[in-house]
Amino acid sequence: MKIDIILAGVGGQGILTIAAVIGMAAVDKNLYLKQAEVHGMSQRGGDVQSNLRLSDKPIYSDLITKGCADIIISVEPMEALRYLPYLKKGGYVITNIVQFNNIVNYPNEDELNARIKALPNRIAINADQIAKDLGNTRASNIVVLGAAVPFLGLSIKELEGGIKSLFGSKGDDVVEMNITALHAGYEFAKSEM
Amino acid sequence: MQKLLLLGDEAISQGAIDGGISGFYAYPGTPSTEIMEYAQHSKEVKASGINCVWSANEKTAMESAIGMSYVGKRAMVQLKHVGLNVAADAFINSTITGVNGGLIVVAADDPSMHSSQNEQDSRFYGDFAMIPILEPSNQQEAYDMAQNGFELSEKYNVPILVRITTRLAHSRAGVSTGNKIAQNPISLPKDPRQFVLLPGIARKNYKKLLEMQEAMQEASNNSIYNKYIDGVDKSIGIVACGISYNYLMENFDGKCPHPVVKISQYPIPENHLRKLRNECQSILVLEEGYPLVEKNLKGFFNEGLQIRGRLDGSLPRDGELNPNLVAKALGLEIIEGEAIPEIVKMRPPSLCMGCGHRDVYNALNEALEDYDIGRVFADIGCYTLGALPPFNAINSCVDMGASITMAIGASDAGLVPAVAVIGDSTFTHSGMTGLLDAVIKDAPIVVLISDNSTTGMTGGQASAAKGRIVDICKGIGVNPAHIRILNPLKRLHEENLAILKEELAYKGLSVVVAQRECIQTAIRNKKAAKKTK
Ligand SMILES: Cc1ncc(C[n+]2csc(CCOP(=O)(O)OP(=O)(O)O)c2C)c(N)n1
Repeated sequence: MKIDIILAGVGGQGILTIAAVIGMAAVDKNLYLKQAEVHGMSQRGGDVQSNLRLSDKPIYSDLITKGCADIIISVEPMEALRYLPYLKKGGYVITNIVQFNNIVNYPNEDELNARIKALPNRIAINADQIAKDLGNTRASNIVVLGAAVPFLGLSIKELEGGIKSLFGSKGDDVVEMNITALHAGYEFAKSEM
Repeated sequence: MQKLLLLGDEAISQGAIDGGISGFYAYPGTPSTEIMEYAQHSKEVKASGINCVWSANEKTAMESAIGMSYVGKRAMVQLKHVGLNVAADAFINSTITGVNGGLIVVAADDPSMHSSQNEQDSRFYGDFAMIPILEPSNQQEAYDMAQNGFELSEKYNVPILVRITTRLAHSRAGVSTGNKIAQNPISLPKDPRQFVLLPGIARKNYKKLLEMQEAMQEASNNSIYNKYIDGVDKSIGIVACGISYNYLMENFDGKCPHPVVKISQYPIPENHLRKLRNECQSILVLEEGYPLVEKNLKGFFNEGLQIRGRLDGSLPRDGELNPNLVAKALGLEIIEGEAIPEIVKMRPPSLCMGCGHRDVYNALNEALEDYDIGRVFADIGCYTLGALPPFNAINSCVDMGASITMAIGASDAGLVPAVAVIGDSTFTHSGMTGLLDAVIKDAPIVVLISDNSTTGMTGGQASAAKGRIVDICKGIGVNPAHIRILNPLKRLHEENLAILKEELAYKGLSVVVAQRECIQTAIRNKKAAKKTK
């Protein structure tokens, strides 16, 4: 088993939480893991990514080779497209479609939507709306993670375990809420496939 | 043995804790910051009274660590590459004093300048200082080197430089921890004058350092971190330093057909390289940063074996390496994904919504409308983002503290008034001495201290100046009538504008302190307060 994941978003959107949940699930499963993160200047509203690699054999590089990522998980649509050079042929893009517009030359909304739709293998999800319907707007990143579950090589149960390990100290409510968000994303992805 | 999931930075921190450290000394700087932060969150560190308080700057950090070493205890300095410039005087001289307790300096380099002004390669400092350098290739080695580095330092009587780069610093992997080594007891140097660098003593100490070089070379040749790995295809031999070893192995799934010399300890292991030269028809050097090994192998006339690397264009001359660049240098074909669609735009970092620096720049820009442009010397911190639209408010950012002193020089040359914009943490890091220069000549400059009560850019570490800025300025000798305080809020814009205009018109030194807490730390503090309620 080996999976290379690019996580993408804008500084402050919580991609490291997604990475941490997957990471916890992978560690529980005794997989090898390498996770390169972006700290520093870009965290101030700039584009951020994390290279997350899981394998049952030792992993060498902290960075994913261009053309070799199995999936891109993005919490913002324009950011999903930024990493296409990394995606392998046939790889999947799982992205939130809610745009984060903090630059003057942000692309036209419809054109961007069309560009996402044109991707051959994609799950495009309105994670903010789903999270809002569940009563917790802050869980939208976990909804996106849920939509990626079919492609992760980890089961939904294993990811639930990751959520428990990560949020356990914050109380049962928080764990419960995030597991609900995870399932909501997962159900959406299944309905799209 | 315990397995932990750690960033490279955190692995170094845990390694030092397990290696018997008594003091961490640092000033924040990406990508080194998390070493100290990990220590600050460690229960073990707290329980055993290990120092983990931020220093005012890298020089004070380095000197405090030398002081701890003098007493026989083990200390570590952590800094970003440019921080080593600030600490350089103490650092270089500490190689002449030698150590008593083990001393490790961790320099975190930032090739590709993700969060830095340059991409200088700290290995050159180690080479210059004539001390061993350790360059881990992965998180496990980072842990091991921090843990064992103190012993190496004590054995060779010099500080050890551990050099990492951004990718290792900020990448997580599983790390197995080793035995815990106890802290050293207090014991002063046997020679009471070891640390007195009067010329007569320094000359003797320096000779000792020179005599030790052969032993350090021997240590590198026999180091467990350096390896000669044989391969069948000798058309090319590969030298892989630090994490570039991983990029090489990634391309061959761990089974490189060419002979490889992995280097993670310097001086450059001469024995392995000699063998590589004798067996291979050419050599490719992979190293993160500047071409240190490549240049050495090439020599001045470049008349021997063909040496490839960053100097002949096999690899780019600048920027960090990655698996694709290494593949290209080896002539391996990789099919990249689709190009980035044109619709994707750059998304540079920006000041947060609700950040006080925004209001400071809005007021300053308007106050300066009566003057020609090009007179604002800024410094390093979040407020440097004022260089970008929509503010376009500043004209320089060179090194920490340079705002005040550059304004002095510019005003000496006739650019009056000149303005310096500096953050609170940068001010105590190295702005205060510059302010003294300004006081002495009553320079016609306005020093605008944008005080957000934190070290914002690096993630909100404690600022040494907290609540003390005005008193410090008074103490340095600024005329209290020209120390003005303002609260950078939209609704106070007119008031703030008037203050700035008055001080710009004044023909002497003024300090304007804009005080409003960083929006990020304010949110965090609010949350923490709610929790404890
Ligand atoms: C010599 C040196 N040390 C450390 C850094 C990293 N660094 C850049 S900005 C900064 C903090 C600035 O804090 P402050 O002046 O309070 O401004 P703020 O970011 O809070 O606005 C640090 C530590 C550096 N660039 N150079």
